Amino acid sequence: MNKLYLNQQTINAARLTAKKIADSVQTFIDQHTTISVERALCRMLGIDGVNALDIPYPNIIVDHIKDNADLSKGVAHYLSYALAEHKHAPQKIAEMIDQNCLDLSQYDKLEQSPHIALLTQYLTPQLNRIKRQKATRETMQLKPSKTPLKYVIVATGNIYEDVKQAVAAAKQGADIIAVIRTTGQSLLDYVPYGNTVEGFGGTYATQANFATMRVALDQVSDDQNRPIYLVNYASGLCMSEIAVMGALERLDMMLNDALYGIIFRDINMQRTFIDQYFSRVISAYSGITINTGEDNYLTTSDAFLEAHTVLASQFINEQFALNAHMKKSLMGLGHAYEIDPAMPNSFLYEIAQAQMAREIFPEAPLKYMPPTKHMTGDIFQGVIQNALFNITAVSTDQTIHLLGMLTEAIHTPFMSDRAQALKNAQYIASAFQDFSKEIKFDENGMIVARAQSVLSEANQLLSSIKNMGLFTALENGVFASTKRQMTSGKGLEGVFKKHAVYRNPVLELMKKAMAGDV
Amino acid sequence: MKQLIRPYGDTLNDGKIQLSFTLPIACNKKGEASAKALVESLGIRDVSVVHSEALDDAFSYYIIYGTVANPIDIENITVETVDQAVMSKDAIEAYIKEKFDKELVFIGASTGTDAHTVGIDAIMNMKGFNGHYGLERYQGIKAINLGSQVDNETLLKQALHHHADVILISQTVTQKNIHIKNLTEFIELLEAENLRERFIVIIGGPRIDHSLAKELGFDAGFGPKNYAYDVASFAVEALYFKQKYDV
Ligand code: B12
Repeated sequence: MNKLYLNQQTINAARLTAKKIADSVQTFIDQHTTISVERALCRMLGIDGVNALDIPYPNIIVDHIKDNADLSKGVAHYLSYALAEHKHAPQKIAEMIDQNCLDLSQYDKLEQSPHIALLTQYLTPQLNRIKRQKATRETMQLKPSKTPLKYVIVATGNIYEDVKQAVAAAKQGADIIAVIRTTGQSLLDYVPYGNTVEGFGGTYATQANFATMRVALDQVSDDQNRPIYLVNYASGLCMSEIAVMGALERLDMMLNDALYGIIFRDINMQRTFIDQYFSRVISAYSGITINTGEDNYLTTSDAFLEAHTVLASQFINEQFALNAHMKKSLMGLGHAYEIDPAMPNSFLYEIAQAQMAREIFPEAPLKYMPPTKHMTGDIFQGVIQNALFNITAVSTDQTIHLLGMLTEAIHTPFMSDRAQALKNAQYIASAFQDFSKEIKFDENGMIVARAQSVLSEANQLLSSIKNMGLFTALENGVFASTKRQMTSGKGLEGVFKKHAVYRNPVLELMKKAMAGDV
Repeated sequence: MKQLIRPYGDTLNDGKIQLSFTLPIACNKKGEASAKALVESLGIRDVSVVHSEALDDAFSYYIIYGTVANPIDIENITVETVDQAVMSKDAIEAYIKEKFDKELVFIGASTGTDAHTVGIDAIMNMKGFNGHYGLERYQGIKAINLGSQVDNETLLKQALHHHADVILISQTVTQKNIHIKNLTEFIELLEAENLRERFIVIIGGPRIDHSLAKELGFDAGFGPKNYAYDVASFAVEALYFKQKYDV
């Protein structure tokens, strides 16, 4: 598809530059681990649950090693020695540590563990469960469905209310349900446990909440005979752990973007790039589609002037995902309809940008975000803004179509807001069904010129990011006009340089399995 | 003198009003009758359910028109606003130069777990908003923006550390009244430390107005369509007043 006459050489050059940017961060990533990566490994070993003080057992083990021994050797080092000596399951070991019956620091000074293979028997049940979940998802996705996939959010704070809202939305035609997380969760350095009923602006992401929603949506999916996809958020301090939970409970998509955490939650960049890598490997292995957050850049910087920053970031995110062995068909790269409606021809520019993303990432299930920033309390005008956005989504063949809510500027959606949005989107999807096949753009027109100029600006930006390195570029505020320092932000104390004896058997097994896949 | 009014549809005082809402019951004749009864209980007459729709088996949505029976007397309506002549940036800068012998320190943050910064940046950062410069660009003002997700204790500590004169707090997330809880905690913190009189404390956000601010114990509150000069006009006068009378 080349309706915009984009220069393939420029696209290739941009990709190559992005690859160099991602590869240089990858070198750093490969040398480090984090407390969240280690906790994710614990979860893959079947360690779950909380102690009497509600502290999750993965935190108990990792903190125990961090405080009493040397986490740079990794939990696998200590746990494999403990397994060899005690012959208990990892869960039991965690409980013994909690009760002060076992001190892992005794293994600190020992040579590289010869017992790593002992961990495999405990990893296998989780790996098998993930494989089964992947197979189930693939079967579900054989049921008929139509793109753009209509995506709505639920955000009541209470998982049981969320279920009611999600089921209603799915019956009204939603294809994808995203459960938004409560404010503050992304900064928690642990994952809360069990079903939860209180959150603000969203609901806690917990494994139990994932499971509850999955069961409810499977039911609707059976009734409606179409797949209903479930989405939650991995980004944040527990990125890799939440990815494990999502894989175990068969989430279909997860927000997975270190850049979002850095820019919009002030999470330390070193920490979150390391976490992102492991969480993307887990998602790639599990067949979970990732969603990236470039669309958000346009809430703090101008959507017309800074459109190229979104494209540049998509190129970088694509390379990070490839480094995590992810297929392009799982890369839900983000972009948005956020140009100021007061700007003349805003619709033409939006068409140009959306079509451009489609042509540059033809295999990616692009995630297209509705107007948010320029939505106001005038809900009636908001319906029109959303209609123009819906027309753009359908006419440029977007994949994941986040529906705009008429009450965007007021509250998280009411049940009726979602119903209105679904009707609006369905009407437009049907009215414009084959429109994209019918339209061509004037080679000398505004739309083509706009797309070409955004591409060329993105290409230049990528070169300058490559020259200074991604960390420095973020310190300079390249994305979303937001500056973040390499050594500030949340979570840096959880980063460790890997010791020579370090092993991550989960990463090794998953990478091996995916290498065989290709 | 009484001035009675009702909503205007197409004729003076015809009282026409539109409503829409969801009921947690099935969409059928009984649902419609219930929606109608509910609207009548609000003092609305001639109620007609112009649209009804099932949102799920046990949820139904209604759009309703009716006539408001009771007029209101607008003579009795009062609004609490920041009653301050708004000065321009130049006038504020001149005012500071004339009335104070030091730079005024404004410290601000989006507090609690709130990660929204666009509002506080609109007031504080150089660039400002909608073409109106932010406080950082004002001569005579030192603007320190701590960003978002700043807890109340940290904000207070930083305010003391920087010898702030004015504290600015932004709150965007309001679901389940989390902003009220968070703002109340800040006032309680100031009072517990005996510091309430030490600062002029101003709040802002899309759901904030002056009367809410006063009710919660703040000096002023600003909602949408307010810019740095609105806030600074209030703050410099309040500071001047404070310096004149309480030292
Ligand atoms: C941009 C945006 C974001 C961006 C924020 C980027 C950033 N760095 O700020 C991103 C994408 C990160 C984001 C995230 C979230 N968001 Co948001 N976001 C918005 C959006 C689209 C615009 C807000 C905005 O920037 N307005 C523009 C500014 C200039 O307006 P303003 O804040 O009102 O400021 C003006 C005045 O109020 C005043 N003012 C503001 N502060 C102050 C302070 C002082 C001292 C003074 C004097 C004046 C003042 O002056 C300003 C200029 O006039 C709104 C929807 C909308 N259209 O309003 C949702 C919205 C605010 N977000 C919402 C939510 C729920 C969230 C999340 C919690 C979602 C989630 N669960 O993850 C997260 C935040 C997580 C967290 N920890 O807080 C909800 C809030 C619902 C509610 N009523 O509680 C909204 C309404 C969307 C919705 N309908 O669901 N969001």
